[in-house]
Amino acid sequence: MPNTTQERLKAEARGLNFFYNGGIQALKNINMPIYDNRVTALIGPSGCGKSTYLRSFNRMHDLYPGNRYEGEIRFYPDDTNLLAPEVDPIEVRMRVGMVFQKPNPFPKSIYENVAYGLRVRGERNRRMLDDKVEHALRGAALWDEVKDRLQDLASNLSGGQQQRLCIARALATDPELLLFDEPTSALDPIATGAIEELVHELKKRVTILIVTHNMQQAARVSDYTAYMFLGEMIEFGKTDEIFIKPKDRRTEDYITGRMG
Amino acid sequence: MKPLTTEEIRAVIARGKLKDTLFKALGILCLAFGLLVIVALILDMAIKGADRFTLDFFLNFASRRATQAGILSAWVGSLLVMFVTALAAVPLGVAAGVYLEEYAPRNWMTQVIEINIANLAAVPSIVYGLLALGIFVYQFGFGQSILSAGLTLALLILPIIIVATREAIRAIPAMIREGSMAVGATRWQTCRYHIIPYAMPGILTGVIIGLARAIGETAPIITIGALTFIAFLPPAPLTALPDGGTAGLFDWVMAPFTVMPIQIFNWTSRPDPAFEINAAAAGFVLMAMVLAMNALAIWLRYRMRKNIKW
Repeated sequence: MPNTTQERLKAEARGLNFFYNGGIQALKNINMPIYDNRVTALIGPSGCGKSTYLRSFNRMHDLYPGNRYEGEIRFYPDDTNLLAPEVDPIEVRMRVGMVFQKPNPFPKSIYENVAYGLRVRGERNRRMLDDKVEHALRGAALWDEVKDRLQDLASNLSGGQQQRLCIARALATDPELLLFDEPTSALDPIATGAIEELVHELKKRVTILIVTHNMQQAARVSDYTAYMFLGEMIEFGKTDEIFIKPKDRRTEDYITGRMG
Repeated sequence: MKPLTTEEIRAVIARGKLKDTLFKALGILCLAFGLLVIVALILDMAIKGADRFTLDFFLNFASRRATQAGILSAWVGSLLVMFVTALAAVPLGVAAGVYLEEYAPRNWMTQVIEINIANLAAVPSIVYGLLALGIFVYQFGFGQSILSAGLTLALLILPIIIVATREAIRAIPAMIREGSMAVGATRWQTCRYHIIPYAMPGILTGVIIGLARAIGETAPIITIGALTFIAFLPPAPLTALPDGGTAGLFDWVMAPFTVMPIQIFNWTSRPDPAFEINAAAAGFVLMAMVLAMNALAIWLRYRMRKNIKW
């Protein structure tokens, strides 16, 4: 049995509660570790709070008024509480990147999409930008397909390419943690395969937290899996253990398709 | 119930289609009515004013003789006033719209402000004229100038631009805003690089609709005291003045002026029927100016939207 004590912590949710504007509690006392350079998958039926949980890691909920967090998300190595009111959400987002459910490239050129995060950080040096854009596009396995048309509009790319562009955009600023919110739900099987392969490759550089509706995908790409239900963390463990012998009846029902 | 035979099904369809055709005909009729009225109006002015469509008409000042009277001071005045209006109303309106959509907290204060912007759009234009007479003309001492007129019309179209800006911003999907914020952008960076550029086609449409309304406004301009008979142009920047000095860059904004609708109004109220020809011709020119502005708006919107796809 693999030993989790050798893993390094990247982040850890402690007693995390989340309330949407209006008081509806979407997360209930979540405690969960995120290990460094590992892929952690969040699975569970629709509305179970996995996206809400994911979006807490980059304080996306702060964009909308009335949302409230309780508890902590400790972030390592510096042991910062990402949810602390005195921690600027912009600082959090500079360290934690995100890829969304539907590819959302900006209606600008491929180059500008990738360079955006660097520009936001005040990078003006043309050569530095060129290098980082290339590096990010290579990291997202998109460079060979777009290197001759970096000034083309991003909207001219296919859906799968657009999603990899969004991954490149997130990678360009070297995030420590990368959040994926059902990144393949709008893609065909071939594009999905490319993204999954990429996730596998990326975990060498960055810690990954991925929400997925697709259990085969969770089994294929992740090292750890968490099953969520009705805002609670039901079970967390190594992916093989969760899928082969889940400890909780509810997890078993879900992954065997008897529920959800 | 017995299933319908093929004949019966066809009868049902035929009845349905009859109503289809009837409504279509009615729709075309209504549309044709609206279009015919405007075409008739334009044609009527074009035919009545045909005698005046010469270069002289555009290059002559007002005159007591109808055949020599032209619209030079009026169209120059209209253009200059529109310029001042746009310069004042666009930054104010866009900034207010962006603030309301992107920054303002959702509370009762914001709601009150929003309702009042809608109210502002419904204020009769003469009321703006009265307000401007008190504030711009006398209080600020701008006098009966292009500046006063431009600012008055800017107030008038401000709500239009604010509303257009907000509508255009609301049409931008939330995922674009989130995508920008997610890489660590501030709200202003998100507005500066994304929200404002992507809203631009919609904003421009609003601006031009506003200007097209402003260019035809008569009441507030009369209220602040535009001249009806004027035989000189505002001093162009850096040209010689009659008194021997040189005009400054912005002297023209303080100059007295007239505008197209006032010129038209003036001519229609003359007893000499020959001036009706002038009025018709000037009306046609004004109409052409409005249509040209709308055409420009459509073209700009098309050009800018081509590259914006979600």
